[in-house]
Amino acid sequence: MSLEVPSDQGLATYNFAYLDEQTKRMIRRAILKAIAIPGYQVPFASREMPMPYGWGTGGVQVTASIIGPKDVLKVIDQGADDTTNAVSIRAFFQKVASVAVTTHTKDATVIQTRHRIPEQTLSEGQVLVYQVPIPEPLRFLEPRETETRKMHALEEYGLMHVKLYEDIAHNGRISKTYAYPVKVAGRYVMDPSPTPKFDNPKMHMSDALQLFGAGREKRIYAIPPHTEVVSLDFEDHPFEIQRFDKPCALCGAEDVYLDEVILDDRGGRMFVCSDTDHCEERRDQGHAGELLARQEAAE
Amino acid sequence: MSMNAKALSGGFAQPVFDAQAVFRLLMDGMSRPGTHQTVGTEIGQPSPLGEAAGAIALALCDADTPVWLQSSFAKSAVADWIAFHTGAAATQDKSEAKFAFKQAGAGLCSFDLFSLGTQEYPDRSTTIIIEVAAIGEGRSLVLSGPGIKDSATIKVTGLPEYFEEIWRGNRALFPRGVDVILTAGRTLVCLPRTTTIA
Repeated sequence: MSLEVPSDQGLATYNFAYLDEQTKRMIRRAILKAIAIPGYQVPFASREMPMPYGWGTGGVQVTASIIGPKDVLKVIDQGADDTTNAVSIRAFFQKVASVAVTTHTKDATVIQTRHRIPEQTLSEGQVLVYQVPIPEPLRFLEPRETETRKMHALEEYGLMHVKLYEDIAHNGRISKTYAYPVKVAGRYVMDPSPTPKFDNPKMHMSDALQLFGAGREKRIYAIPPHTEVVSLDFEDHPFEIQRFDKPCALCGAEDVYLDEVILDDRGGRMFVCSDTDHCEERRDQGHAGELLARQEAAE
Repeated sequence: MSMNAKALSGGFAQPVFDAQAVFRLLMDGMSRPGTHQTVGTEIGQPSPLGEAAGAIALALCDADTPVWLQSSFAKSAVADWIAFHTGAAATQDKSEAKFAFKQAGAGLCSFDLFSLGTQEYPDRSTTIIIEVAAIGEGRSLVLSGPGIKDSATIKVTGLPEYFEEIWRGNRALFPRGVDVILTAGRTLVCLPRTTTIA
């Protein structure tokens, strides 16, 4: 494979992976500091990207700064490889970095994700890049950046525990189901981005490096591999993940995160794996859920 | 070769891809403290700068990162080489430096004069690159902390006995503190501030 960026369109081609080298160096320095201080949000000079804020500009900048010609990229949006956001970001990197892409979790070296962690356990040598809308877990409790920064500095997280306690007082349980706050390596409270809390246990002692990029808010943070990630809770209200009554309607998988799909206008619906690659792989192996089995019987 | 020619020669043959490759070594090294990473490209750095140390400078330093060099580099072309290839300004003020290049043989003192970051912005600290005689042989250091499954052992020659004491002081400052990259020729090992040396 040639390392040269195709230049047949003349001088007006982009640098490898879109960003200029000085920007990459700046982001790379931020990533190294983020890894050295797990869970701490490193400010960085986020650039305008050729996509709107909220579409993953932070994740794209992190991916562009770490990716090389030998990498294999997978992009998922809410677990799916075939949704608009995932397809367009994947096409973007194929165009500006000519990297190999895949939908198979196990084949990827870099996985950019919006709001899910793949069901398959990630391995050493893989990097998970999260797109983050609001990196500050305390932001909705304290709007002033000067104050939240001081709270992190003093490790003063009482406000977060009060919020979780109020949840219990109002609802009888902690009602937060996504972006559930975690404590990283016993020090920083961190927002895991709006992943369902179902995915929180996967962050704990993962073999893979996890990087978080927030483009609009201009923050990068990280969880190194083999690092303690604890979801905040109380002794009498321990952290629990969502449970589903039925397995996936297509592949029959249990213990996975399911999406609801409306089938008709008479209340028909099914629950299927949100991780499309995981679901397809299981169906290829011959697993069949309730709906798939019924369809095959009809044929 | 004259001093000037030494300063102007070398550098990355393929700046974009070589910088990415060296950064990935550093990213893997920082996220897995204690693992040996080997720089693969020739960069033609002037002695006594090591290959890995030079590659780190080329990959990470630029006009935004003041660089501090130990005085033992003063009589060589190292300062000019870094200035020419990266555009980084040299500084005498340790607390201003984003990167510092040291040789363990020339003696180590406490890291206190380098920038340790602040409690609010612990990322604003110096990364210190220390050239040692050898990595992979010599005194054993047992490492633990984030990025390390159970524990990891590295062997280093040329790091003074009191390094552990200095490092304990650095570790106690967390989240403030410096991050260290040990280099020996082409090999590098990262010691982020979270790592504990038993």
